[in-house]
Amino acid sequence: MTKTTGSNAAKINNGVNVDALLGAREALEQTPEAAQFKWRASCEWVTGTHSRSVIGNYFGLGAEQSRDKNFRVEADHPKVFASEDNAPTPVEIVLSALASCLTAGVAAVAQRRGIQLRSVKATVEGDMDIQGVLGMDDDIRNGFGGIRVHFDIRADASPDDIKSLVAQSQKRSAVFDIVTNPTNVFVTVN
Amino acid sequence: MRHATTIIIGAGQSGLAMSKHLTDRSIDHVLIERGEVANSWQTERWDSLRLLTPNWQSRLPGYAYDGDDPDGYMSVTEVVGYLKRYAGASSAPVHARTKVTRVRQVDGGYEVATDQGPLRCRTLVLASGACNIATVPAVAAGLPPEIASLTPMQYRKPDELPDGGVMVVGASASGVQLAREIRASGRSVIVAAGEHVRVPRIYRGRDIKWWMDAIGAMELRYDAVDDIDRARRLPSLQLIGTPGRETIDLNSLRKAGVEIAGRLAGMHDGKVQFSAALPNHCALADLKMNRLLATIDAWILASGQEDRFAAPHRFEPTEIDPQARLGMDLNDGCVRTVIWATGYRPDYSWLDVPVLDRKGRIRHDGGVVAAPGMYVMGLPFMRRRKSSFIDGAGDDAAELAAHLNLGLRRSAA
Repeated sequence: MTKTTGSNAAKINNGVNVDALLGAREALEQTPEAAQFKWRASCEWVTGTHSRSVIGNYFGLGAEQSRDKNFRVEADHPKVFASEDNAPTPVEIVLSALASCLTAGVAAVAQRRGIQLRSVKATVEGDMDIQGVLGMDDDIRNGFGGIRVHFDIRADASPDDIKSLVAQSQKRSAVFDIVTNPTNVFVTVN
Repeated sequence: MRHATTIIIGAGQSGLAMSKHLTDRSIDHVLIERGEVANSWQTERWDSLRLLTPNWQSRLPGYAYDGDDPDGYMSVTEVVGYLKRYAGASSAPVHARTKVTRVRQVDGGYEVATDQGPLRCRTLVLASGACNIATVPAVAAGLPPEIASLTPMQYRKPDELPDGGVMVVGASASGVQLAREIRASGRSVIVAAGEHVRVPRIYRGRDIKWWMDAIGAMELRYDAVDDIDRARRLPSLQLIGTPGRETIDLNSLRKAGVEIAGRLAGMHDGKVQFSAALPNHCALADLKMNRLLATIDAWILASGQEDRFAAPHRFEPTEIDPQARLGMDLNDGCVRTVIWATGYRPDYSWLDVPVLDRKGRIRHDGGVVAAPGMYVMGLPFMRRRKSSFIDGAGDDAAELAAHLNLGLRRSAA
């Protein structure tokens, strides 16, 4: 609520450069158009349910941004679906993305609030009735019926302050927003 | 053309407080008021509304509540009477029924065009209020035309609504109060609740507003806050002023039979989608409330007055319905009215001076506007947390009047 002094924040280190993030926020206040980002992935079919995505360039800060290297993310289905289980299922990647986003948020918020983290572990579980994806019952949705995220956090802070970190992380999480709110999706074919 | 050293636009608590301080400094001025004193209170509020602050807290420069119910909450009629008596007691030079149509910068000050003719001034105080326009989100465009759509500024009482269910969008002070009384009238009500600020009406035997005053929270200055933009955007406290001093929150609404859903996230062809972030919005509100209560407990402990107050305690967490609905079809006729309790903003449509930012907010430093000799008053957390409250008008007016006076002396020198 009141201004925190730099001394406490300086002593703790969660590996997050909060000053850079705050600086970016200040700069973007003057140039909101630079805040417009486009994230991308391209996915190629390998065989069966196995696919390989490549994630590389993105657009942001008013320019095309390249990376030192491209990343590959593979997906497949498990053997109970008569697949080869070469990689996690796409829905597990969604769960992992949610956990990663919230975990990164916990670290950033903790750094900002001057809380030293000792360990953070998120476990995620999503309920799915596969009658939906199998087209057996139109009343059952394809996606998750519910998702539960559990955080185990050790940090130099009170239990309520730790709960507050997790709540604030959800409030500022992109993937949490993507999962909890609708998004227009447009799919086109060549 | 008529001329005054200072023109104050608006004769509500802010304008009247400023007028009192200018009078005390012998600065000649007029207040331009589109209606009568306390116009917004009189014409743009629902019937049952009472102040969220106790009567004793309606302190104005040289004026205070002297009735027999200091802990009660004024009805709108009482607020209007209170401010009118203040205007009389302080001999405020109010030009009533005068609507400002345009303000522009001229040599040595401002020209204020009104429907009663133009006026000129050297210094200008915008005291026209923070809640002139009810903000309605863009998703409202997807509302089927047969469903009534209104804002809290248009709403008066449950009887005037079309028959049938009501969806209240927003769970701040306006939203929860309207949901409560519409449900009590026997209708089905669903509230779409996003981020909200939960507080109890009474804690340890005292009004929460008494506590926030006592611990100094209302005095917190804008330049002592880490992220003032965020503080200014904070939704209003979930509070209601009732003779029984009741607490209103999502739990009390649920007990009264109101359905709670998440933030209104989308609307297409009459199909509504609610955000699944409701549990987190409730968790944030509970944690924030408990931080405030802990601050109060710590203040009591530090001041050695533990015996003076009831024992510390905590309230039930907001109950989460794991089956809270994520969607609703408005075409099925369950909801016949939607009320957009999604916030308010000032109207500066008549202000032809380049002082607004890209989001239409006025650029100011604690009420000192980014144009020479121009001031604004009564905005949320403008100089202090209490700036938008009746109780905050006096201190802001005192400081801004001093600043204004200094500017006049400098330009005269």
